[in-house]
Amino acid sequence: MSLDRRDFLKSSACLSGGLIIALHLPGCSKPARGPGEHKTIAANSWLRIGTDNSITFLCDRSEMGQGVYTALPTLLAEELGVTLERIHVDFAPAGDEYKNNLLGAQITGASSSVRDAWQKLRTAGAQARSMLVSVAAKDWGISPANCKVENGFVVSPYGKRVSFGECAEAAAKLPLPKNVKLTEAGNFRLIGTSIRRLDTPLKVNGSAQYGIDVRLPDMLYAALAQPPALGGKALSFDDSKARTMPGVKAVVQTSSGIAVIASSWWQARQARDALAIKWDDGPNASLNDGVILRGLQHAAGAAQSARKDGDVDAAIKSAAKVVKAEYQLPLLAHATLEPQNCTAEVRADGCDIYVPTQVQQVAQLAAAGAAGLKPEQVRVHTTFLGGGFGRRLDVDFIPAAVEASKAVGKPVKLLWTREDDTTHDVYRPPAFDTAVGAFDQGGKLIAWKLHLVGPSPTARMFPAVVEKSIDPFAIEAAANYPYDVPNVSVEYLRHEIGINVGFWRSVSHSLNCFVAESFMDELAASAGQDPVQFRRTLLAKQPRYLRALGLATQEARYGAAPKGHFQGVAVMEGYDTYMAQVAEISLDNGKVKVHRIVCAVDCGQVVNRDIVTAQVEGSIIFGLTATLWGEINIQRGRVQQTNFNTYRLLRMNEIPRIDVFILDSSAAPGGIGEPATALVAPAVCNAIHAASGKRLRSLPLARHNFA
Amino acid sequence: MIKLNVNGKDTEVDVDPAMPLLWVLRDTLGLTGTKFGCGMALCGACTVHLDGEPIRSCVTPVSAVGAKKVTTIEGLSSDRSHPVQKAWIELDVPQCGYCQSGQIMSAAALLAHTAQPSDADIDAAMSGNICRCGTYQRIRAAIHRAAQLKTGG
Repeated sequence: MSLDRRDFLKSSACLSGGLIIALHLPGCSKPARGPGEHKTIAANSWLRIGTDNSITFLCDRSEMGQGVYTALPTLLAEELGVTLERIHVDFAPAGDEYKNNLLGAQITGASSSVRDAWQKLRTAGAQARSMLVSVAAKDWGISPANCKVENGFVVSPYGKRVSFGECAEAAAKLPLPKNVKLTEAGNFRLIGTSIRRLDTPLKVNGSAQYGIDVRLPDMLYAALAQPPALGGKALSFDDSKARTMPGVKAVVQTSSGIAVIASSWWQARQARDALAIKWDDGPNASLNDGVILRGLQHAAGAAQSARKDGDVDAAIKSAAKVVKAEYQLPLLAHATLEPQNCTAEVRADGCDIYVPTQVQQVAQLAAAGAAGLKPEQVRVHTTFLGGGFGRRLDVDFIPAAVEASKAVGKPVKLLWTREDDTTHDVYRPPAFDTAVGAFDQGGKLIAWKLHLVGPSPTARMFPAVVEKSIDPFAIEAAANYPYDVPNVSVEYLRHEIGINVGFWRSVSHSLNCFVAESFMDELAASAGQDPVQFRRTLLAKQPRYLRALGLATQEARYGAAPKGHFQGVAVMEGYDTYMAQVAEISLDNGKVKVHRIVCAVDCGQVVNRDIVTAQVEGSIIFGLTATLWGEINIQRGRVQQTNFNTYRLLRMNEIPRIDVFILDSSAAPGGIGEPATALVAPAVCNAIHAASGKRLRSLPLARHNFA
Repeated sequence: MIKLNVNGKDTEVDVDPAMPLLWVLRDTLGLTGTKFGCGMALCGACTVHLDGEPIRSCVTPVSAVGAKKVTTIEGLSSDRSHPVQKAWIELDVPQCGYCQSGQIMSAAALLAHTAQPSDADIDAAMSGNICRCGTYQRIRAAIHRAAQLKTGG
């Protein structure tokens, strides 16, 4: 995948060259101060040091549960020689200096935050430390090499101490040191431990501020009526009743629907439901599940090659045995527990938006467009995110808030209902894929061919990427096929379905890992081999996969499940992280009960062990929810699921035991927020095959009456 | 005007009696710790206590509260000292955190009735609270830990 990712960067419209250190030196964010007031000095783009010796980290990634609020300042703290608790965290504004080098813009996604920050923030911390030490050393007339740092102080060998705060202003005027030495792995104090999360205290007493919690003086509230058919629009509306309802201040036609603005959100929502709107269902008026599936099945056009080793078609022709299967996957909703929302305050000279977003710069552009302002006139205030999972990489909920605020000249908080959120998501792409494997006379697997078909969120959101190359976010867990097979072909045919699809936790891994790892089991069965042994043999040259598979099967006691229990495995590399999962299930009257999922993880150098464990636990629940019940159905262009009674999410009484085992590794950090999601479906379906002999080639299990 | 007692304080609100308690708490009183997730008592994010009993404030009209005392996450303790809060911190339960006010209020009500809940007790009391991040395993462990803390463990 790394090659493709570099290609993505090269072709990305918003990429600028070079690594960003972008230290803003010298810098003083508050030039004026009164007597007794503290002054804050910008040591670099992320670090603010106060004359009161406070240390603030401007977190340039969105905290949506995955732990950047803790893991990223850990990198700085390690190099600054301070405890993590000494660092106060604020969210950074939108800005090029906060660009994610793996993605080309300020984006929180693709499990990239730690991977991107790993060198960048440690270097920034080390540079700041070096500059602070230089100031103190010069003042003392000694060599910086003889000084050390100790929790916010520079300390001389003779016991003199001066605080970072006292050095910061002079340090900010020094040139940026080159070739700073980063702390070696053997000397890490913080990295690799399980330091408590910095945001937990805010999340146990209701004080963490999510987008939905923003309150501004004179703020009004908006509820939005959106077209029931995706892609539709309002032809006309009658708001005569709505306008007479209590609290209603205005009814505004926005670019995404009719907004009712009132003194409280509940009033706005009541009045919204009293609008009489004539809708044009638009191009999807007759779209339904069958149309979408047939479109994918019969998609014409040239597929793009993602991987080509040897001559797969010749190998299949010459083969002693050919196995072929078709797989199908449904649309899925993100279902962040915090419904989409945005608070906007538009003034003549500028605009502030307060928003749970994964894309600060895209949000800024969207708001600027809606307000008729320049991007630099829009200030983006990122809140905590009540779940992200890729949903908030889209900004479709922002313009209406801005337009509503502009129309009434006051701050407006626009909030979707749960039903709005479920029916107007940007859904995980469906897929219709074909897999072919071929064995020679000796029973050796000589060909592996995957033909993937589906729509592309990348094409809609980053069109420049797919103009120049295959969509790198459609071929994950497919192009990196790890098994030692001489002839491999992986190709992708983009086929749009008429409604917007989006990035959903683990992106195309969730599609392709299901197909690839299910089909590997089919091939093992066809070869009459145990699925784990079959994989092991073909992974002989893949030590990281092998190590993960070995640990997972050992911890799960693979092959020695309790009576009536059956096991299935899956392996995958995604976001530079190697994983193996073993699912243990039983069937009770034909219904699957998942007892336990064991996951072995090699994510390279760990920054925070407990957060890694938590992310894997959560990803497995996310993946299992989709495996059991996840499905969005379309009829007449309308999403049929509306709330949690029809879009079912796993609950406390339904969870399996989850055990996570982290392998020690000195490799560079891999991503951890997403990948474990993708292995659950194949591991569970492989276990179902072991239990019942039934091979499930489509999801969810509820569709097959297994759940 | 409707009289309410919220977190030990008497207050009066001038709202439609049909307005759900959730929106009175959030928009009228500014107590935003209680969350909106579904509006249909399906997810538990809006859980608060009425005289110590957990209820879904998104489907409870403010007029139905009467003289009962409302406790929200903000009123559970003033300093994160409730055993459930302490256990949540000790085990780093929250991820995105959005559901956790509701989870904590449900857990606190469970422990008020059942000092040493079994896993089955926990499942029964907590299955109305959805966590999309999937922190359930930690929630269960933290409830057991809170039970220990409550009895001096």
